[in-house]
Amino acid sequence: MKILVCISKTPDTTAKIAFSDNNTKFAADGVQWIINPYDEWYALVRAIEIKETDPSTVLHLLNVGNAESEPIIRKALALGGDEAIRVNCDVNDSFTIASQIAAVAKEGNYDLIFTGKETIDYNGSSIGGMVAELLDLPYISHATKFNLEGNGAIVVREIEGGEETDKATLPLVVSCQKGMAEQRIPNMKGIMGARTKPLKVVEAVATDAYTSVVSFDLPPAKAGVKLVDPENAEELVRLLNEEAKAI
Amino acid sequence: MVLVFLDQSEGQIKKASYEAASYAAKVAEQLGKSAEAIILGSSKDDLSALGKYGIKKVHTVSNDTLNQFDAQIYTKVIAEAASSLNAEVIVLSNTTTGKAIAPRLSVRLKAGLVSGAVALPDTSNGFTVRKSVFSGKAYANIGISTSIKIISLNPNSFTIVEVGGNAEIAALSATVDAPKIEVVSVNKVSGDVPLSEADIVVSGGRGLKGPENWGLVTELAGLLGAATACSRPVADIHWRPHHEHVGQTGLAIAPNLYIAIGISGAIQHLAGVNRSKTIVVINKDPEAPFFKAADYGIVGDAFEVVPKIINAVKKIKGVA
Ligand SMILES: Cc1cc2nc3c(=O)[nH]c(=O)nc-3n(C[C@H](O)[C@H](O)[C@H](O)COP(=O)(O)OP(=O)(O)OC[C@H]3O[C@@H](n4cnc5c(N)ncnc54)[C@H](O)[C@@H]3O)c2cc1C
Ligand SMILES: Nc1ncnc2c1ncn2[C@@H]1O[C@H](COP(=O)(O)O)[C@@H](O)[C@H]1O
Repeated sequence: MKILVCISKTPDTTAKIAFSDNNTKFAADGVQWIINPYDEWYALVRAIEIKETDPSTVLHLLNVGNAESEPIIRKALALGGDEAIRVNCDVNDSFTIASQIAAVAKEGNYDLIFTGKETIDYNGSSIGGMVAELLDLPYISHATKFNLEGNGAIVVREIEGGEETDKATLPLVVSCQKGMAEQRIPNMKGIMGARTKPLKVVEAVATDAYTSVVSFDLPPAKAGVKLVDPENAEELVRLLNEEAKAI
Repeated sequence: MVLVFLDQSEGQIKKASYEAASYAAKVAEQLGKSAEAIILGSSKDDLSALGKYGIKKVHTVSNDTLNQFDAQIYTKVIAEAASSLNAEVIVLSNTTTGKAIAPRLSVRLKAGLVSGAVALPDTSNGFTVRKSVFSGKAYANIGISTSIKIISLNPNSFTIVEVGGNAEIAALSATVDAPKIEVVSVNKVSGDVPLSEADIVVSGGRGLKGPENWGLVTELAGLLGAATACSRPVADIHWRPHHEHVGQTGLAIAPNLYIAIGISGAIQHLAGVNRSKTIVVINKDPEAPFFKAADYGIVGDAFEVVPKIINAVKKIKGVA
């Protein structure tokens, strides 16, 4: 079994969101970078569990990004995995990233490719599906449970208002979310071990970008809360009905 | 031509797809083109009624295989149709189905995709689509440079416009492959409004002390025809099912009205709900950060306040 886990670098969930360069770039000054939570907590940990069950499993981590990604790649390796690959590329559009991932995946002949359900900065939910199409593989998105069975896998995925259980053949691309695994904290042994694990840097393949960011902006500030006396719930309901026209 | 993919659940078109249809009609109008729709598998709905939303023609593809969703097969069928119909813009709704198909279509048709769109495209200079980024904390305007464009529209971000008329129905044939994924079972929480599409959401946090007190949330939700949600710790300690968890690591929603009861309003929680049109916060702590993001608030004990709200809602709804 050969597994590839795609990890991306995102600002910490509490990071202040601001923009620079005439609102065309994320203002990264002083921002703490983390592994995208879906990639770390769910995709990576589930892959590590599979390797723990079957130690012959080969587990590779992949990031498309510049050298600034290396600290989060090392952190991911401290959780587990045999080696990491970084495709040296300034990240821009989803299709470009997916093309890089597909090129590495083709070369490595993986049975399973795990991604997170979405990045918490771009919120694309796109890269898993793009990779699957580039490789002509089946894709299960929003997986909440994943188990290998026979030559394939049984996967539970979220759908609107419920869940669906699928049986799939390998190779397979899966996007992972809550439910797949429990978050882990790297231990000292893992952190020490991660320093000597291979981190291969490969050059990007040539692709065309399909999209580009024109500008960013922040939502308008709220006017401020209108407080209603706790004894006067009727007033709240009246406001919701007449002023906000929400009920 | 602008083509919208209609997503259905158990043979019924989803509300989010009507929004996408209405959006597609507006995009078509903007471009001086016509809007058409495609629907796969058998449908129980009256498809000609899509004319009401500005759709001129609905292309149906019937085949037993298509009664079960498979992203790979659906993509091939939609891509084939889009090519033969010369679609320049394809619109989908950004639901779990849309999120599984749109990226595949993007690759197959070499068409740039903007997922999570929240407004009509700006076509005055190129083609730019506004989307929600940083989990609702900001917006990005994304330019698409390919000749075919794909937009996947966030549910509840575009108001349906009814224009009247009937849509023509046309059967389309397509090559349908054998599925590589077999759907073993589908488990739906019956009767409930799907959280992602709900107009009103009533949500509870750790301030409610225990699952035995959720009657307050469900009763208020029932009266308002709302879906119920919760904060992450509430799902983690199994007071409520996981699919109700909203926030940065849960579902991101944008209802018309979000009522938060006993939730502190941590930044990760806000990330999933801050696109709601109106936010009401009930919290006994006046310093709770949620009040900063709220439109209306009551500083008070939920166990005293919520029953009063329930009574007040009953009054205006004329329920005894
Ligand atoms: C990386 C990361 C991701 C996260 N993702 C999410 C996410 O997706 N969603 C999410 O919700 N959280 C998320 N969290 C957790 C988040 O930081 C908060 O811990 C969580 O939202 C708090 O939940 P809560 O408001 O229910 O509980 P608490 O913070 O314990 O707040 C309870 C509130 O109830 C009020 N209260 C108590 N008693 C009463 C009463 N009788 N009447 C009225 N009010 C009362 C209190 O004043 C308090 O404000 C994440 C955290 C991290 C680090
Ligand atoms: N730069 C990247 N390098 C490696 N994997 C990525 C990168 N960007 C996104 N991914 C993967 O694709 C998933 C979905 O990303 P997105 O489509 O941007 O929401 C993420 O959860 C990651 O698993």
